[in-house]
Amino acid sequence: MAEKLQFSLVSPEAELFSGLVDQVDVPGTEGDFGVFANHAPFMAAIRTGAITVFNDGAKIRYMIQGGFADVMPEGLTILAESCILMSDVKAEMIAEEITKAEAALETAEGDASLPAAQHLDGLKQLAESL
Amino acid sequence: MASLKDLQNRIKSVKNTQKITKAMQMVAAAKLRKAQDAAERSRPYSDRIGAVITNLSASMAGSQGAPKLLVGTGEDNVHLLVVASADRGLCGGFNTNIVRKAREEITALEAAGKTVKIFCIGKKGFEQLDRLYGDKIVKMVSLKEHKTLTGAIAAELGGTITEMFDAGEFDVCKLIYSQFENVMTQIPTVKTMIPAIGDMGEHAGKEGAHASDDVFAPDLKGAAYEYEPDEEGILAVLLPRNINTQIFSALLENSAGEMGSKMAAMDNATRSAGDMIDKLTLTFNRSRQAQITSELIEIISGAEAL
Repeated sequence: MAEKLQFSLVSPEAELFSGLVDQVDVPGTEGDFGVFANHAPFMAAIRTGAITVFNDGAKIRYMIQGGFADVMPEGLTILAESCILMSDVKAEMIAEEITKAEAALETAEGDASLPAAQHLDGLKQLAESL
Repeated sequence: MASLKDLQNRIKSVKNTQKITKAMQMVAAAKLRKAQDAAERSRPYSDRIGAVITNLSASMAGSQGAPKLLVGTGEDNVHLLVVASADRGLCGGFNTNIVRKAREEITALEAAGKTVKIFCIGKKGFEQLDRLYGDKIVKMVSLKEHKTLTGAIAAELGGTITEMFDAGEFDVCKLIYSQFENVMTQIPTVKTMIPAIGDMGEHAGKEGAHASDDVFAPDLKGAAYEYEPDEEGILAVLLPRNINTQIFSALLENSAGEMGSKMAAMDNATRSAGDMIDKLTLTFNRSRQAQITSELIEIISGAEAL
Protein backbone atom coordinates (compact mmCIF):
# COMPACT_ATOMS: atom_id res chain seq x y z
CA MET A 1 0.00 0.00 0.00
CA ALA A 2 1.09 3.50 -0.65
CA GLU A 3 0.17 6.19 1.81
CA LYS A 4 -1.52 5.48 5.10
CA LEU A 5 -4.60 7.12 6.48
CA GLN A 6 -4.63 8.76 9.90
CA PHE A 7 -7.70 7.32 11.56
CA SER A 8 -9.17 8.01 14.94
CA LEU A 9 -12.30 6.56 16.41
CA VAL A 10 -13.67 8.36 19.44
CA SER A 11 -16.75 7.80 21.52
CA PRO A 12 -17.86 10.06 24.38
CA GLU A 13 -16.35 7.66 26.89
CA ALA A 14 -12.99 7.01 25.29
CA GLU A 15 -10.74 7.17 22.29
CA LEU A 16 -11.03 3.66 20.89
CA PHE A 17 -8.57 3.81 18.07
CA SER A 18 -5.95 6.20 16.85
CA GLY A 19 -3.25 5.47 14.34
CA LEU A 20 -2.25 4.92 10.74
CA VAL A 21 -4.24 2.44 8.69
CA ASP A 22 -4.69 1.44 5.06
CA GLN A 23 -8.43 1.71 4.68
CA VAL A 24 -11.59 2.17 6.71
CA ASP A 25 -15.06 1.06 5.63
CA VAL A 26 -17.84 3.07 7.18
CA PRO A 27 -21.60 2.51 7.09
CA GLY A 28 -23.03 5.91 6.14
CA THR A 29 -26.72 6.74 6.32
CA GLU A 30 -26.72 7.12 2.54
CA GLY A 31 -24.67 3.99 1.93
CA ASP A 32 -21.40 2.39 2.88
CA PHE A 33 -18.17 4.00 1.86
CA GLY A 34 -14.48 3.26 2.10
CA VAL A 35 -11.89 5.85 2.99
CA PHE A 36 -8.27 5.74 1.85
CA ALA A 37 -5.55 8.28 2.38
CA ASN A 38 -6.07 11.62 0.61
CA HIS A 39 -9.80 11.23 0.40
CA ALA A 40 -11.68 14.39 -0.55
CA PRO A 41 -12.93 16.12 2.61
CA PHE A 42 -16.50 15.37 3.46
CA MET A 43 -18.73 14.66 6.35
CA ALA A 44 -21.28 11.91 6.69
CA ALA A 45 -23.73 10.68 9.24
CA ILE A 46 -23.32 7.05 10.26
CA ARG A 47 -26.03 4.46 10.72
CA THR A 48 -25.93 1.37 12.90
CA GLY A 49 -23.52 -1.15 11.47
CA ALA A 50 -19.94 -2.32 11.40
CA ILE A 51 -16.82 -0.27 10.77
CA THR A 52 -14.01 -2.25 9.25
CA VAL A 53 -10.44 -1.07 9.65
CA PHE A 54 -7.91 -2.57 7.23
CA ASN A 55 -4.30 -2.40 8.14
CA ASP A 56 -1.42 -4.51 6.80
CA GLY A 57 -3.80 -7.23 5.75
CA ALA A 58 -5.41 -7.39 9.18
CA LYS A 59 -9.02 -6.43 9.78
CA ILE A 60 -10.49 -4.91 12.92
CA ARG A 61 -14.22 -4.56 13.16
CA TYR A 62 -16.23 -2.30 15.43
CA MET A 63 -19.94 -2.20 16.00
CA ILE A 64 -21.15 1.38 15.81
CA GLN A 65 -24.52 2.88 16.60
CA GLY A 66 -24.86 6.33 15.17
CA GLY A 67 -22.29 9.05 14.85
CA PHE A 68 -20.38 11.03 12.27
CA ALA A 69 -17.46 10.46 9.99
CA ASP A 70 -15.39 13.53 9.37
CA VAL A 71 -12.96 13.18 6.49
CA MET A 72 -10.37 15.91 6.63
CA PRO A 73 -7.23 16.40 4.56
CA GLU A 74 -5.25 15.16 7.54
CA GLY A 75 -7.31 12.06 8.12
CA LEU A 76 -10.54 10.46 9.15
CA THR A 77 -12.24 11.02 12.47
CA ILE A 78 -15.26 9.06 13.54
CA LEU A 79 -17.37 10.49 16.31
CA ALA A 80 -19.31 7.49 17.48
CA GLU A 81 -22.34 7.72 19.69
CA SER A 82 -21.73 4.24 20.93
CA CYS A 83 -19.05 1.91 19.67
CA ILE A 84 -17.57 -1.42 20.72
CA LEU A 85 -15.08 -3.90 19.34
CA MET A 86 -16.90 -6.53 17.31
CA SER A 87 -15.18 -9.32 19.22
CA ASP A 88 -16.73 -7.98 22.44
CA VAL A 89 -20.22 -7.98 21.00
CA LYS A 90 -22.50 -10.72 22.30
CA ALA A 91 -25.46 -12.10 20.41
CA GLU A 92 -27.75 -11.52 23.42
CA MET A 93 -26.77 -7.87 23.49
CA ILE A 94 -27.84 -7.41 19.90
CA ALA A 95 -31.03 -9.37 20.48
CA GLU A 96 -31.85 -7.02 23.32
CA GLU A 97 -31.11 -3.98 21.18
CA ILE A 98 -33.29 -5.39 18.42
CA THR A 99 -36.24 -5.71 20.79
CA LYS A 100 -35.71 -2.12 21.87
CA ALA A 101 -35.37 -0.93 18.29
CA GLU A 102 -38.57 -2.72 17.28
CA ALA A 103 -40.46 -1.02 20.07
CA ALA A 104 -38.96 2.33 19.08
CA LEU A 105 -39.92 1.81 15.45
CA GLU A 106 -43.52 1.19 16.40
CA THR A 107 -43.81 4.43 18.31
CA ALA A 108 -41.80 6.47 15.78
CA GLU A 109 -43.76 8.73 13.47
CA GLY A 110 -43.01 10.71 10.36
CA ASP A 111 -39.38 11.73 10.03
CA ALA A 112 -38.27 9.69 12.98
CA SER A 113 -39.33 6.35 11.49
CA LEU A 114 -36.65 6.22 8.82
CA PRO A 115 -33.66 6.37 11.17
CA ALA A 116 -35.46 3.96 13.47
CA ALA A 117 -35.96 1.49 10.65
CA GLN A 118 -32.37 1.93 9.55
CA HIS A 119 -31.20 1.31 13.09
CA LEU A 120 -33.20 -1.91 13.32
CA ASP A 121 -31.96 -3.03 9.92
CA GLY A 122 -28.37 -2.43 10.88
CA LEU A 123 -28.81 -4.40 14.09
CA LYS A 124 -30.31 -7.34 12.22
CA GLN A 125 -27.45 -7.37 9.77
CA LEU A 126 -24.98 -7.31 12.64
CA ALA A 127 -26.77 -10.20 14.31
CA GLU A 128 -26.43 -12.23 11.13
CA SER A 129 -22.77 -11.43 10.67
CA LEU A 130 -21.85 -12.68 14.13
CA MET B 1 -10.05 22.04 84.29
CA ALA B 2 -11.50 19.03 82.58
CA SER B 3 -11.06 15.77 84.39
CA LEU B 4 -8.72 13.09 83.12
CA LYS B 5 -11.64 10.96 82.02
CA ASP B 6 -13.09 13.82 79.98
CA LEU B 7 -9.77 14.41 78.28
CA GLN B 8 -9.43 10.75 77.48
CA ASN B 9 -12.88 10.70 75.89
CA ARG B 10 -12.09 13.79 73.90
CA ILE B 11 -8.89 12.25 72.55
CA LYS B 12 -10.70 9.07 71.65
CA SER B 13 -13.41 10.95 69.77
CA VAL B 14 -10.93 13.07 67.82
CA LYS B 15 -9.02 9.92 66.93
CA ASN B 16 -12.20 8.39 65.56
CA THR B 17 -12.92 11.49 63.53
CA GLN B 18 -9.40 11.38 62.18
CA LYS B 19 -9.91 7.78 61.10
CA ILE B 20 -13.03 8.80 59.22
CA THR B 21 -11.43 11.75 57.45
CA LYS B 22 -8.42 9.62 56.60
CA ALA B 23 -10.66 6.96 55.10
CA MET B 24 -12.60 9.57 53.15
CA GLN B 25 -9.38 11.00 51.84
CA MET B 26 -8.25 7.62 50.60
CA VAL B 27 -11.59 6.87 49.00
CA ALA B 28 -11.50 10.27 47.28
CA ALA B 29 -7.97 9.59 46.07
CA ALA B 30 -9.01 6.29 44.55
CA LYS B 31 -12.10 7.79 42.94
CA LEU B 32 -10.12 10.78 41.74
CA ARG B 33 -7.87 8.60 39.66
CA LYS B 34 -10.86 7.02 37.98
CA ALA B 35 -12.68 10.30 37.47
CA GLN B 36 -9.57 11.95 36.11
CA ASP B 37 -9.10 9.09 33.66
CA ALA B 38 -12.68 9.37 32.51
CA ALA B 39 -12.41 13.13 32.10
CA GLU B 40 -9.24 12.80 30.07
CA ARG B 41 -10.66 10.05 27.90
CA SER B 42 -13.69 12.14 27.04
CA ARG B 43 -11.61 15.10 25.91
CA PRO B 44 -10.75 13.90 22.39
CA TYR B 45 -14.43 13.46 21.59
CA SER B 46 -15.53 16.84 22.83
CA ASP B 47 -12.56 18.52 21.16
CA ARG B 48 -13.38 16.86 17.86
CA ILE B 49 -17.05 17.62 17.99
CA GLY B 50 -16.19 21.23 18.74
CA ALA B 51 -13.87 21.34 15.74
CA VAL B 52 -16.47 19.75 13.48
CA ILE B 53 -19.08 22.29 14.53
CA THR B 54 -16.66 25.12 13.91
CA ASN B 55 -16.13 23.82 10.38
CA LEU B 56 -19.78 23.30 9.73
CA SER B 57 -20.94 26.56 11.16
CA ALA B 58 -18.48 28.36 8.92
CA SER B 59 -20.52 27.37 5.92
CA MET B 60 -23.84 27.81 7.68
CA ALA B 61 -23.37 31.05 9.58
CA GLY B 62 -25.00 33.98 7.90
CA SER B 63 -27.07 31.83 5.60
CA GLN B 64 -30.81 31.75 6.08
CA GLY B 65 -32.39 28.71 7.64
CA ALA B 66 -29.44 27.88 9.85
CA PRO B 67 -30.61 25.85 12.85
CA LYS B 68 -31.53 27.93 15.87
CA LEU B 69 -29.36 25.82 18.11
CA LEU B 70 -26.41 27.06 16.10
CA VAL B 71 -27.15 30.74 15.61
CA GLY B 72 -29.58 31.39 18.42
CA THR B 73 -33.06 32.84 18.36
CA GLY B 74 -31.77 36.25 17.40
CA GLU B 75 -32.59 37.57 20.85
CA ASP B 76 -30.95 37.26 24.19
CA ASN B 77 -33.60 38.15 26.70
CA VAL B 78 -33.98 34.93 28.61
CA HIS B 79 -30.86 33.18 29.82
CA LEU B 80 -30.83 29.65 31.10
CA LEU B 81 -27.94 28.90 33.41
CA VAL B 82 -27.15 25.25 33.84
CA VAL B 83 -25.28 25.03 37.12
CA ALA B 84 -23.50 21.73 37.56
CA SER B 85 -22.29 21.06 41.08
CA ALA B 86 -21.61 18.06 43.27
CA ASP B 87 -24.23 16.03 45.10
CA ARG B 88 -22.19 15.69 48.23
CA GLY B 89 -20.57 18.15 50.54
CA LEU B 90 -17.34 17.83 52.51
CA CYS B 91 -15.27 18.79 49.54
CA GLY B 92 -13.85 22.13 50.54
CA GLY B 93 -14.83 25.16 48.54
CA PHE B 94 -15.73 23.19 45.45
CA ASN B 95 -19.48 23.80 45.44
CA THR B 96 -19.18 27.28 46.89
CA ASN B 97 -16.86 28.32 44.08
CA ILE B 98 -19.28 27.12 41.44
CA VAL B 99 -22.16 28.87 43.15
CA ARG B 100 -20.14 32.06 43.46
CA LYS B 101 -19.46 31.99 39.73
CA ALA B 102 -23.14 31.42 39.07
CA ARG B 103 -24.06 34.32 41.32
CA GLU B 104 -21.67 36.64 39.54
CA GLU B 105 -23.19 35.60 36.24
CA ILE B 106 -26.74 36.09 37.51
CA THR B 107 -25.94 39.50 38.96
CA ALA B 108 -24.32 40.61 35.72
CA LEU B 109 -27.23 39.37 33.61
CA GLU B 110 -29.81 40.95 35.84
CA ALA B 111 -27.95 44.23 35.79
CA ALA B 112 -28.22 44.06 32.00
CA GLY B 113 -31.97 43.58 32.34
CA LYS B 114 -32.13 39.95 31.26
CA THR B 115 -34.39 37.28 32.64
CA VAL B 116 -32.52 34.45 34.28
CA LYS B 117 -33.63 30.86 34.70
CA ILE B 118 -31.60 28.30 36.55
CA PHE B 119 -31.27 24.59 35.89
CA CYS B 120 -29.44 22.87 38.74
CA ILE B 121 -27.55 19.64 38.29
CA GLY B 122 -26.39 18.40 41.65
CA LYS B 123 -27.93 18.88 45.06
CA LYS B 124 -25.34 21.08 46.76
CA GLY B 125 -25.43 23.86 44.21
CA PHE B 126 -29.20 23.76 44.31
CA GLU B 127 -29.29 24.10 48.09
CA GLN B 128 -27.08 27.17 48.01
CA LEU B 129 -28.81 28.83 45.07
CA ASP B 130 -32.27 28.00 46.36
CA ARG B 131 -31.81 30.37 49.28
CA LEU B 132 -31.02 33.32 47.03
CA TYR B 133 -32.77 32.61 43.79
CA GLY B 134 -35.41 30.05 44.70
CA ASP B 135 -37.97 31.56 42.34
CA LYS B 136 -35.62 31.39 39.37
CA ILE B 137 -34.84 27.71 39.57
CA VAL B 138 -36.83 25.93 36.92
CA LYS B 139 -35.39 22.48 37.36
CA MET B 140 -33.20 20.48 39.66
CA VAL B 141 -31.63 17.14 38.93
CA SER B 142 -29.62 15.08 41.37
CA LEU B 143 -27.24 12.46 40.06
CA LYS B 144 -26.83 10.76 43.40
CA GLU B 145 -28.46 7.51 42.37
CA HIS B 146 -26.10 7.08 39.43
CA LYS B 147 -22.92 5.38 40.48
CA THR B 148 -21.03 6.04 37.29
CA LEU B 149 -21.51 8.84 34.83
CA THR B 150 -22.51 7.61 31.42
CA GLY B 151 -23.27 9.31 28.16
CA ALA B 152 -26.90 8.28 28.62
CA ILE B 153 -27.32 10.49 31.70
CA ALA B 154 -25.87 13.45 29.88
CA ALA B 155 -28.02 12.69 26.86
CA GLU B 156 -31.12 12.80 29.03
CA LEU B 157 -30.12 16.15 30.53
CA GLY B 158 -29.19 17.47 27.11
CA GLY B 159 -32.51 16.28 25.74
CA THR B 160 -34.37 18.20 28.44
CA ILE B 161 -32.46 21.36 27.61
CA THR B 162 -33.01 21.00 23.87
CA GLU B 163 -36.72 20.45 24.45
CA MET B 164 -36.92 23.56 26.59
CA PHE B 165 -35.13 25.50 23.88
CA ASP B 166 -37.48 24.20 21.20
CA ALA B 167 -40.40 25.25 23.38
CA GLY B 168 -38.94 28.75 23.38
CA GLU B 169 -38.32 28.88 27.11
CA PHE B 170 -34.99 30.64 26.76
CA ASP B 171 -32.73 32.31 24.18
CA VAL B 172 -29.25 31.67 25.50
CA CYS B 173 -27.99 28.71 27.48
CA LYS B 174 -24.87 28.79 29.57
CA LEU B 175 -23.22 25.96 31.41
CA ILE B 176 -21.43 26.61 34.67
CA TYR B 177 -19.13 23.92 35.98
CA SER B 178 -15.68 23.46 37.40
CA GLN B 179 -12.85 22.77 35.00
CA PHE B 180 -10.43 20.26 36.49
CA GLU B 181 -6.93 21.65 36.29
CA ASN B 182 -5.17 19.54 38.89
CA VAL B 183 -5.89 18.20 42.36
CA MET B 184 -5.40 21.59 43.98
CA THR B 185 -7.03 23.80 41.36
CA GLN B 186 -10.45 23.63 39.82
CA ILE B 187 -11.53 26.60 37.81
CA PRO B 188 -15.22 27.54 37.82
CA THR B 189 -16.03 28.06 34.16
CA VAL B 190 -18.93 29.53 32.21
CA LYS B 191 -19.52 28.16 28.74
CA THR B 192 -22.21 29.16 26.28
CA MET B 193 -23.92 26.10 24.82
CA ILE B 194 -26.72 27.74 22.85
CA PRO B 195 -26.15 29.36 20.42
CA ALA B 196 -23.30 27.08 19.48
CA ILE B 197 -21.31 29.70 17.64
CA GLY B 198 -19.76 32.63 19.39
CA ASP B 199 -16.47 34.25 20.17
CA MET B 200 -14.32 31.50 18.78
CA GLY B 201 -11.30 33.71 19.11
CA GLU B 202 -11.09 33.02 22.81
CA HIS B 203 -10.93 29.27 22.51
CA ALA B 204 -11.29 27.95 19.01
CA GLY B 205 -13.73 25.12 18.61
CA LYS B 206 -15.29 25.72 21.99
CA GLU B 207 -18.39 27.77 22.57
CA GLY B 208 -18.48 31.40 23.48
CA ALA B 209 -20.87 34.31 23.73
CA HIS B 210 -23.69 35.32 21.45
CA ALA B 211 -22.58 36.71 18.12
CA SER B 212 -24.83 35.15 15.57
CA ASP B 213 -23.79 37.31 12.63
CA ASP B 214 -20.08 37.18 13.18
CA VAL B 215 -18.20 35.39 10.47
CA PHE B 216 -15.04 33.78 11.72
CA ALA B 217 -12.24 32.24 9.72
CA PRO B 218 -12.53 28.46 9.53
CA ASP B 219 -9.55 26.19 9.23
CA LEU B 220 -10.52 24.14 6.22
CA LYS B 221 -7.04 24.07 4.74
CA GLY B 222 -8.39 25.13 1.39
CA ALA B 223 -10.62 22.11 1.03
CA ALA B 224 -14.24 22.23 -0.04
CA TYR B 225 -16.40 20.21 2.28
CA GLU B 226 -19.08 17.87 1.09
CA TYR B 227 -21.90 16.59 3.20
CA GLU B 228 -23.87 13.40 3.24
CA PRO B 229 -26.76 13.96 3.84
CA ASP B 230 -26.88 17.79 3.62
CA GLU B 231 -25.55 20.32 6.14
CA GLU B 232 -28.91 20.81 7.79
CA GLY B 233 -29.40 17.10 8.23
CA ILE B 234 -26.06 16.70 9.88
CA LEU B 235 -26.36 19.78 12.02
CA ALA B 236 -29.81 18.77 13.18
CA VAL B 237 -28.28 15.68 14.74
CA LEU B 238 -24.90 17.10 15.58
CA LEU B 239 -26.00 20.14 17.58
CA PRO B 240 -28.09 18.32 20.19
CA ARG B 241 -25.27 15.79 20.38
CA ASN B 242 -22.84 18.61 20.98
CA ILE B 243 -24.92 19.81 23.91
CA ASN B 244 -24.99 16.32 25.38
CA THR B 245 -21.26 16.04 24.93
CA GLN B 246 -20.61 19.34 26.62
CA ILE B 247 -22.77 18.38 29.54
CA PHE B 248 -21.12 15.01 29.74
CA SER B 249 -17.63 16.42 29.78
CA ALA B 250 -18.68 19.09 32.27
CA LEU B 251 -20.01 16.36 34.55
CA LEU B 252 -16.81 14.40 34.22
CA GLU B 253 -14.65 17.44 34.89
CA ASN B 254 -16.86 18.19 37.85
CA SER B 255 -16.58 14.74 39.34
CA ALA B 256 -12.81 14.81 38.99
CA GLY B 257 -12.75 18.25 40.56
CA GLU B 258 -15.05 17.20 43.36
CA MET B 259 -12.82 14.27 44.23
CA GLY B 260 -9.67 16.36 44.05
CA SER B 261 -11.19 19.01 46.23
CA LYS B 262 -12.52 16.42 48.66
CA MET B 263 -9.12 14.79 48.88
CA ALA B 264 -7.45 18.08 49.71
CA ALA B 265 -10.15 19.00 52.24
CA MET B 266 -9.97 15.63 53.95
CA ASP B 267 -6.20 15.77 54.02
CA ASN B 268 -6.44 19.08 55.82
CA ALA B 269 -9.01 17.69 58.22
CA THR B 270 -6.84 14.70 59.00
CA ARG B 271 -3.90 16.95 59.68
CA SER B 272 -5.86 19.27 61.98
CA ALA B 273 -7.21 16.26 63.83
CA GLY B 274 -3.61 15.12 64.32
CA ASP B 275 -2.65 18.53 65.71
CA MET B 276 -5.62 18.45 68.02
CA ILE B 277 -4.72 15.00 69.31
CA ASP B 278 -1.17 16.15 70.03
CA LYS B 279 -2.42 19.14 71.96
CA LEU B 280 -4.97 17.15 73.93
CA THR B 281 -2.45 14.41 74.76
CA LEU B 282 -0.09 17.05 76.10
CA THR B 283 -2.80 18.52 78.30
CA PHE B 284 -3.78 15.03 79.40
CA ASN B 285 -0.23 14.10 80.40
CA ARG B 286 0.28 17.38 82.20
CA SER B 287 -2.84 17.07 84.27
CA ARG B 288 -2.09 13.43 85.01
CA GLN B 289 1.34 14.41 86.29
CA ALA B 290 -0.14 17.25 88.32
CA GLN B 291 -2.56 14.80 89.85
CA ILE B 292 0.20 12.34 90.77
CA THR B 293 2.29 15.12 92.27
CA SER B 294 -0.55 16.39 94.38
CA GLU B 295 -1.36 12.85 95.54
CA LEU B 296 2.29 12.33 96.51
CA ILE B 297 2.33 15.59 98.43
CA GLU B 298 -0.75 14.52 100.29
CA ILE B 299 0.81 11.17 101.24
CA ILE B 300 4.11 12.72 102.26
CA SER B 301 2.56 15.49 104.31
CA GLY B 302 0.28 12.91 105.88
CA ALA B 303 3.29 10.77 106.84
CA GLU B 304 5.14 13.78 108.22
CA ALA B 305 2.22 14.72 110.39
CA LEU B 306 2.43 11.42 112.23
